[in-house]
Amino acid sequence: MTTTADGRLDPPAERDSYYGQPVLKEPVWTVEIPIYMFVGGLAGASATLAALCGRRHSRLARRSWLTALAGLAVSPALLISDLGRPERFLNMLRMFKVTSPMSVGSWVLALSGASTSGAALHELTGRFQLVGRLSRPLAGLLGLPLATYTGALIAQTSVPVWHEARRELPALFGAGAAASAGAAAVALSPVEEAGPARRLAVIGATAELALVAAMERRLGELGEPYHEGQAAPYGQAARVLTAAGAVVTAGAARRSRAAAVAGSAMLLAGAVCERFSVFKAGFGSARDPKYTVAPQRRRVGAGEGHGASRKAAATAP
Amino acid sequence: MKLQTHAWPSTYDGEAKPRKGFFTDTSVCIGCKACEVACKEWNHVPHSIEGFTGNSYDNSVALGADRWRHVAFIEQRKEVGLESSGGSLVQQASLEDLMGKAGLGTYQEGDGHRWLMSSDVCKHCTHAACLEVCPTGALFRTEFGTVVVQEDVCNGCGYCVPACPFGVLDQREEDGRVWKCTLCYDRLKDDREPACAHACPTNSIKFGDLDDLREVAEERLKVLTEAGAEKAQLYLHDAADGIGGAGAFFLLLDEPEVYGLPPDPVDTTRDLGTTWAAVGAAALGLGAAIAVSVFGGRR
Repeated sequence: MTTTADGRLDPPAERDSYYGQPVLKEPVWTVEIPIYMFVGGLAGASATLAALCGRRHSRLARRSWLTALAGLAVSPALLISDLGRPERFLNMLRMFKVTSPMSVGSWVLALSGASTSGAALHELTGRFQLVGRLSRPLAGLLGLPLATYTGALIAQTSVPVWHEARRELPALFGAGAAASAGAAAVALSPVEEAGPARRLAVIGATAELALVAAMERRLGELGEPYHEGQAAPYGQAARVLTAAGAVVTAGAARRSRAAAVAGSAMLLAGAVCERFSVFKAGFGSARDPKYTVAPQRRRVGAGEGHGASRKAAATAP
Repeated sequence: MKLQTHAWPSTYDGEAKPRKGFFTDTSVCIGCKACEVACKEWNHVPHSIEGFTGNSYDNSVALGADRWRHVAFIEQRKEVGLESSGGSLVQQASLEDLMGKAGLGTYQEGDGHRWLMSSDVCKHCTHAACLEVCPTGALFRTEFGTVVVQEDVCNGCGYCVPACPFGVLDQREEDGRVWKCTLCYDRLKDDREPACAHACPTNSIKFGDLDDLREVAEERLKVLTEAGAEKAQLYLHDAADGIGGAGAFFLLLDEPEVYGLPPDPVDTTRDLGTTWAAVGAAALGLGAAIAVSVFGGRR
């Protein structure tokens, strides 16, 4: 608040906020969460890839099971360490709530972990035939929601840049997961065995780039946090790495193992950056009250409000 | 219209109590902060000193884990439509009987300033996003229709923090769990009014059965509107709004955003179907992409 020449207080510069303070609280989630969104996606898509590869591409399947197992070993650790009360992590399975993507996700993660472990156990030892036969389809099936539910997790919040992207986020994360799982399998496989993985990596990367563009176009002004502040460098890095990784994987990676590893590394790094970009944009969107107030005020003004404020107010000076 | 929640009164059968709530009439708030103090005292909320903010008399900034009532101070140069006849606003207001009849006592004397003060609190939404997203069930609907965190269940996942459309909940850093207004659940069980309402010297914070409060509020708005407070409005009073009406609602003298409140808050659970459908479509797409990659190639 400033003082004018005649000693009077000016009204707050922004009449549409309370001293520019945020309306929403920023999430309290830390760096583990975007890393989990990447690792969980990688694990989920890898499990599905492994299940579908089956006997047809058995060596590719084995490597993907191991990738999935590694991802599913790390994921709970990441999530538990982010809790305010880590010793109470089992409370996550205290109930099952469809209204809470975190609750659904906890169950998907727990069951994915169990079934992928079973599948990997059979894969590694060649024994436990029955466990393997039962686990593989279940792990493969659960991999799909595991790779995509994280989009719903952040979409079901009041953070404008997340909630308004609720139609795109699950697909975006699924595409990132496809690119990651493909890339991981490409990196771990000899060139001549990696055909399906290369295709998956390129399809995933292409979809990822297209979906980011579609999401940002649809968000319009609300998408500003992607281009300003902390999210911007991650977003740019994600685009460049994903595009370059896709080109390398589709081209040189078919002949050279070194190129395959390089392309995969770029795709994986791109998928990590994409998650960080989305994560950071959410913080920027929650921090500035204009992203909360302006769209709501516009809704009220257009007569599309839900009724908390008067429509007449929109036309008042 | 009764404000029925998903869980109240249906899940309580005979144990359901009338839905309790707050009606905060900001037109008689004097910014004394007795509510903030009483809340902290009664609920053993840890101290939280923000120092001098420079934002009028507000030194407590916003609701959070360690602040369950927050008094906002807004200084406005305000045209109240009385300038033409000269004299101070208080004189004018008394001339037009605004002071006596409507109790519009918040105008500063003299030069056309007014102070808006409002004691903010958890809204105890009819459709509460925090409660819906809570994965542990720590957040629950009480027999009074209020929303309370069970501190022995909360594992500090933090989902409710960005879910709340009002930015009410927050994590207490040294403790790890989230905290917010309980509408003095312990006092309610003992047939006492919440500490803040009990301490409020002007009865700006009115506590009672929500049905009664909603009637009181409508009458109060009528008086103020007739007295010429043209922007006076009830906020979160309407059962048809984005959160299904609130257990704690307000009479404001300006637009909600001026007080730091969202003008059209929504419980994001109403979009749950769209979101899960998007997950389903994405999962199918991912499955298709993997299948095409595995089976669609030359080998």
